[in-house]
Amino acid sequence: MDLNLLKRRGRDEWHIAPRGKMLVPGVIYATEDLIHDMDEKVYEQVTNVAMLPGIVQASYAMPDAHWGYGFPIGGVAAFDPDLGGVISAGGVGFDISCGVRLLRTGLTAEDIQPVKELLAEALFHRIPAGVGSTGKVHLDRHEMDAMLTGGAKWAVGKGYGAHEDLEFIEEHGCMAGAKPENVSDHAKKRQQDEMGTLGSGNHYLEVQRVTQVFDTEAASVFGVRESDIVVSIHCGSRGLGHQIGTEFLKSMVTSAARHHIDLPDRELACAPINSEVGQEYLGAMRAGINCALANRQIVTHLVREVFADILRQATLSLLYDVSHNTCKVEEHDINGTPTRLFVHRKGATRAFGPGHPDIPPSLRAVGQPVLIGGTMGTASYVLVGTKESMSLAYGSACHGAGRSMSRHHALRQWHGRDVVKELAARGILIRSPSMRGVAEEAPGAYKDVSEVVDAADDAKLARKVARLEPLVCVKG
Amino acid sequence: MTQPPRVESMQGSWEHFPHEADIGVRGIGPTKEAAFEGAGLALTAVITDLDAVAPAQAVSIACEAPDEELLLVDWLNALVYEMATRKMLFSRFAVRFNGHSLHATAWGEPIEIARHQPAVEVKGATYTELSVKQDEQGRWIAQCVVDV
Repeated sequence: MDLNLLKRRGRDEWHIAPRGKMLVPGVIYATEDLIHDMDEKVYEQVTNVAMLPGIVQASYAMPDAHWGYGFPIGGVAAFDPDLGGVISAGGVGFDISCGVRLLRTGLTAEDIQPVKELLAEALFHRIPAGVGSTGKVHLDRHEMDAMLTGGAKWAVGKGYGAHEDLEFIEEHGCMAGAKPENVSDHAKKRQQDEMGTLGSGNHYLEVQRVTQVFDTEAASVFGVRESDIVVSIHCGSRGLGHQIGTEFLKSMVTSAARHHIDLPDRELACAPINSEVGQEYLGAMRAGINCALANRQIVTHLVREVFADILRQATLSLLYDVSHNTCKVEEHDINGTPTRLFVHRKGATRAFGPGHPDIPPSLRAVGQPVLIGGTMGTASYVLVGTKESMSLAYGSACHGAGRSMSRHHALRQWHGRDVVKELAARGILIRSPSMRGVAEEAPGAYKDVSEVVDAADDAKLARKVARLEPLVCVKG
Repeated sequence: MTQPPRVESMQGSWEHFPHEADIGVRGIGPTKEAAFEGAGLALTAVITDLDAVAPAQAVSIACEAPDEELLLVDWLNALVYEMATRKMLFSRFAVRFNGHSLHATAWGEPIEIARHQPAVEVKGATYTELSVKQDEQGRWIAQCVVDV
C-alpha cells in the first residue's frame, strides 16, 4: 500500500482522512513494513466500509488485514441503530463465527513424544476433515433447530463435553436471539452431515507445545506454562453458515435500493438494523454462531476421546473459544456516552480488556484470552485483551497470519508431499486427506504471524502471553 | 447414465485469477452460455483436477436473479450447494437462459477423497470482481471471486 495515502498517528496507527462519501475516517493498525506489504485493495475496502450508513468513530483494519470481499479480512466496524446503522452479511462473511478454541491437556512435551505418531493417526481418523467429509452426528429437523438455538450449550446437553466448558466460550456457549426459523431449509440441509467436522482450507486441529511465555502473570491465570501441551481447534459454522451468508448477501443486495442504501461495492450488502431483512439476518446469523459453537464443542469431544484412549492421564480443559466472523451487540463508550452498537468483526478477534463483565470471572482480572492461529509450520499465539484496546477498535485484535500468496501461486511453488516431509523432519506431523490442500496451505504462502502479533502487541490491541508451536496438525 | 451433449464447438474455456485470500473463477466463451459453463469448470478446478471427474451422472439446476451478474453468482452458488449436499463433483455443464432465469444440467460423479484429492471446499461465490460482459473480440467473460 502506498504510504502517501495515509497519515501516521503513532508508530502503528495510520489514518485515512474522510473524503467523498466517507462518513468517518479509516484507521489501520500495523507496522510500516506490514502496511507496505498490504494490498491497495485493503485501502479501498476500509474506505468503502467508512461510507456505510450509521457507522461510528472509524472503519478499522487490524495488522493482518488483507483483501477480502466487501470488508477487508481483519476489518472492524460498528453501527448505531439509532443513526440508521446497518447490519451487513458481507461484513460478517460466509463462515459465520469461524473461530479458534484452545484446550489445555495437563501434559508436557515429554508425555507426547513416545505416542506422537499414534496420536496424529488417531486424531486424523476420528475427526472428520476435508471436502466431502461427514460427521457422525446427524440432526433431524427438531434437533437441528434445538442446536441452532442452544449452540455449545445444546452440545453439552447431548453429552459432548462438560458444563464447565461453557463459561470459557464467548456468550457462555449460547448466542441469545438466534432464530432457527430464519434459517432456510437449504442451509439446514447443507449442515445435516457436517456437525463435528473441521472443514477445509485454513481450518485445522493442532497439538501444540508452549515454547515461550511472555507474560507470566497472564499465563499463570490462563493455566499455561512453557513446555505444556495444548490443542487448538480452528473451524466454523460449516455449510449452514456459508448458505446463510450466500442467501442474505443476495437479499441485502436486492433490497439495498429499497432502503435507500447506495452500496459502494455489492459485496458490502447490508440492510438497516431496524428493517425486516436486517432483523431476519440477525436471527439467522446468530443461529449460525450457535452452529459454529456447537461444532467446535463436538470436535472438542472427539479430541477428548482420542486423548482418553492414548494418554489416559490427560485432562483436556477449555482455556477459551473465540469467534472471528461475527456481528455482536456491545456497549461502547462513544464521546463519553455508553452506546449500544452492532460491532462487525470480519476476520478479527474480540479482545476485551481487564474487568469487562463478559470475561469469565476467573480470567477477568487479566483480560480476555485472544487466540491467534498461525500456519502448520510456524507458530500460534495466545494474547490477552488490554485496557487500551477498548478505545482503539472496540476491544478487537487480529486473527491470524493472513495469506501473502494466492493458492494458485502456492500450488506452483510447492508439492504437498514435500511440505509434509520437510515438516516431519522438523518434528511436525501433518495429516491431511489432500496433498494439494497441503501445498495450497504451505507455511510459506502466509505472512509471518510473529510480525502480525508483534504489531498487535505494539499497537496495544492485545498483549502477547505465550507462543505455541505445532507438533501434530490435522488439515482439512 | 445420461450422456452429456456434444457441444465442443461452443464449449467455453476457463481460468483462475488471483485474489489474496481466495481465488477468482473466470469462464470465457463465444456465448454467454459458454462463459457460464466455463465458470462452472473453473469452480470445479478450484477443488480438484477436472480431468479426474467423470461426467457420469446428470443433475438439473435452475435459478433466477434480477440481472445477469447476480445470476452468475446464483449459478455458482447452486453448484456449491449441489456439490455439498450430493457430495459430488461436476466436470461438464450445459447452460440455457430464459430471460432472467437459468436452466442447466451438470454432469459429474460422487466425490472420492483418495482419487480426487479435493484441495478445498468452496464456501460461496462472492460479488467481488464480479462481471458478465463481452470483450472487444466479442467473447463473453463471466467471472467472480469465490470464498474458500
